Amino acid sequence: MSTTVEQRERVVVRFAGDSGDGMQLTGDRFTSATALLGNDLATLPDFPAEIRAPAGTVHGVSAFQIQFASTDVTTPGDHADVLVAMNPAALKADLPTVVRGGTLILNEDAFQQRNLDKAGYEADPRTDGSLDGYQVYSVPMTSITVRAVEPVGVGKKEAERAKNMFALGLVSWMYDRPTAPTLEWLERKFGGKPEILDANVAAFNAGYNFGETTELFAHRVEVKAAPAEPGTYRNIAGAQALAWGLIAASRASGLPLFYASYPITPASDLLHELSRHKHFGVITVQAEDEIAAANMALGAAFTGQLAVTGTSGPGLDLKAETIGLAVITELPMIIVDVQRAGPSTGMPTKTEQGDLLAAMFGRHGESPIPIIASSTPSGCFDVVLDAARVAIRYRTPVIVLSDSFLQNSSEPWRLPDASSIERIDPHFAQPNGAVFHPYARNEDGARPWAIPGTAGLQHRIGGLEREDVTGAISYDADNHERMTDLRREKVAGIATSLPPLEVDDPTGDADLLVLGWGSTAGSIRAAVRRARDSGEKVAHAHLRWLNPMPSNTGDVVRRYPRVLIPEINEGQLALLIRARFLIDALSFSRVQGRPLWADELDDAIEEALRG
Amino acid sequence: MADTLERTKKDFTSDQEPRWCPGCGDYAILAAVQSFMPELGVAPENTVFVSGIGCSGRFTYYMDTYGFHGIHGRAPAIATGIATARPDLTVWVVTGDGDALSIGGNHLIHALRRNVNLKILMFNNQIYGLTKGQYSPTSEVGKVTKSTPFGSVDRPFDPVALALGAAATFVARTIDNDRKHLTDVLREAAEHPGAAFVEIYQNCNVFNDGAFDLLRDKSQGPHNQIRLVHGEPIVFDEGTRCVRLAANGRLEIAAVADTDPAQIITHDVHGPPSLAFTLAQLSQGPTEPTCIGVFREVQRTTYGEAVHDQIARARERSGDGDLEALLTGGDTWSV
Repeated sequence: MSTTVEQRERVVVRFAGDSGDGMQLTGDRFTSATALLGNDLATLPDFPAEIRAPAGTVHGVSAFQIQFASTDVTTPGDHADVLVAMNPAALKADLPTVVRGGTLILNEDAFQQRNLDKAGYEADPRTDGSLDGYQVYSVPMTSITVRAVEPVGVGKKEAERAKNMFALGLVSWMYDRPTAPTLEWLERKFGGKPEILDANVAAFNAGYNFGETTELFAHRVEVKAAPAEPGTYRNIAGAQALAWGLIAASRASGLPLFYASYPITPASDLLHELSRHKHFGVITVQAEDEIAAANMALGAAFTGQLAVTGTSGPGLDLKAETIGLAVITELPMIIVDVQRAGPSTGMPTKTEQGDLLAAMFGRHGESPIPIIASSTPSGCFDVVLDAARVAIRYRTPVIVLSDSFLQNSSEPWRLPDASSIERIDPHFAQPNGAVFHPYARNEDGARPWAIPGTAGLQHRIGGLEREDVTGAISYDADNHERMTDLRREKVAGIATSLPPLEVDDPTGDADLLVLGWGSTAGSIRAAVRRARDSGEKVAHAHLRWLNPMPSNTGDVVRRYPRVLIPEINEGQLALLIRARFLIDALSFSRVQGRPLWADELDDAIEEALRG
Repeated sequence: MADTLERTKKDFTSDQEPRWCPGCGDYAILAAVQSFMPELGVAPENTVFVSGIGCSGRFTYYMDTYGFHGIHGRAPAIATGIATARPDLTVWVVTGDGDALSIGGNHLIHALRRNVNLKILMFNNQIYGLTKGQYSPTSEVGKVTKSTPFGSVDRPFDPVALALGAAATFVARTIDNDRKHLTDVLREAAEHPGAAFVEIYQNCNVFNDGAFDLLRDKSQGPHNQIRLVHGEPIVFDEGTRCVRLAANGRLEIAAVADTDPAQIITHDVHGPPSLAFTLAQLSQGPTEPTCIGVFREVQRTTYGEAVHDQIARARERSGDGDLEALLTGGDTWSV
């Protein structure tokens, strides 16, 4: 039987196995090969909070999903076309994500009674009819891997561990991925351990050849390269884009980067990534707690560094008092909040957009702060650059909102020209012979940034209310009101420097505006496109700056008969929009610890149009 | 960074009028610090004072240096950011017993263990003054205050023992009204490269007056201050009493007349911390004879040095970071 080649526009593949099975790595390598082939793509790692939950249980399942296409991809895909399940638990946990009629590739060796019991299966799903309607391929991955690796002479355990490479090889064959990038990567990774290298190469090749030579798979699928803007590309995840954006901001401003943080999922990757780049002059401090991290950053800001602290929800709570201190001392500082499902510890590895109102209002007193959010993984790079630009120009802390999904998810990124990144001038105060007034303001409402070491500009700042201009401590009633106004006006005034909110509305007369922010952009774009394909007039706008919002935001939301605001929270942006602009915006909310699915938005859009 | 310019107290005195209660021990400490700063040869613009919340927190406003009055308990963390980012600066932290040992206890111990180049002056008055008189983590058991009308039930910290336990490289204790001793200790702290922790017994004449009388009082002090001097036998009370090694291996206070001179402990600030720790726990300070002076002084790489050294080595290894190379490194493809 000869293999037929089927052309497909888009495919969603999901790799699932035990946390120890190396599924993230498998997904990552498949992604690299896919990116090099020129497909557009988006990925979603989905792992348990437990580092090593009991092997073989549903709790311990770690999965990686990728959507790739010959046209543009906006999400990792609502549902998988193909599920690679390394054991029964993976099948049990992830079967609900597979489309009806989808393909299941199972590691036959793992489907023993013991593993079925651990996964909570009463009967073998392969034979009890529960997989009817799917295309099921049972492949003895472990035993073939062990046989293939035998000549290398590694132990049985090492041989079995290589089964993820077998799976990668098999799926690479199915989707006609190039093998060279994976082989080169293995060479780089295991170059120093020849036996492990040989074992992994043997397993990968065995998987690829298994597809090629057995008659099990009737056809392979080809997804052609997606048309893309000319340029140099790489695949990048949000965490890396954030870190690199901070390094770029440090270079653009000439300010050394100072990053203080306390380990917290899912923000730790930012600390890990930045700590690798010391040769950029980056100082990373793993502080004793979240509060210390924020205060260290603020201290560094006082001395003239590009000061950043990063955290996730629980840490944002702890940093609140310090952020208030940054507001009143009017020092440039960036606070990155990689949101996760809350409240409290919540679901640390799962995504949510639940911190918008905490960022807006989560401090005592009148404490306004600019807030910016990225909508894509690669967009994190420009978002932190812009955050730094605003923080430095306006002498203010800025909160950057990312989320677990953006942080871990990846996509192809057209590289910017490093030399063309616009310079950020810190404009440090210089002595001019006159009495120095630390709270005198420029046309932006910003106060001078006078750093220690500058003779003649010695001054004292702190959390007590300051007298306008002089910065002396003041309990004067009118002064407090004036300073409160000045702080508010300064942050509100940032809007004049922001580009207007763009609306994607091809006909200009849409019946519905879908307004979003953050990581829901891809799902919203996909759903809006589908609604248009079925003849509806739907517009999409996505807020990047949440505070202040672009000056035309009110005009935009009032222009449409209906406004739908989908969020992974219980309607936080909707609350702000309704309060600010007095419009009857509809909220669509899902808090399931996962990205919004485009198909659930289809229904929400449909309902909003008919409602 | 020292220079040779002539400076005076005036160069370190800001135009703000101190606003502590009349008679507060803080005035004496402020005057001593302002007078002593010119000796260091460090310009006011290269000096930063960081404080937390409490009466001591106001200290920064009265120094004509760079100053950061932070939030409650966090001064060591703010100062860690300053000193780590800019090792060229001389950074002082002014804090109190509540600020440093209660709400900010975590930052204090970590600044000490990291050996951040900070001079930490902890004004210990054994009371919350700014909030008008609650017991503090250094108040004695049974302290009757507004929040403990039947007496406090929790045991106090000994700040010196705590700092030693946190592996501080310089630990000392002094007294607000002994200008000479205070200045001598400040000088040694300033000269110490690394984290220097100085507990200053400070009288709060409004909420806890007389807490340190046994040591501060002109008539009682000389009998009860055990003045530690490196390399010298520990003898006090006008030469009549000493600290000696007891038969059970512990230290005890005894009459010199009853003691074989070989048994008298010679103070050593550089040795293992066990001696300093034992001296800190020798008595129920400050209601019994109490050690003052430098307990321990050892050299260890400072945090700022280690951080910048790592950066320098990374640059030696990989050259100064190149953004273009960072972005284009690894798997890329062209369209």
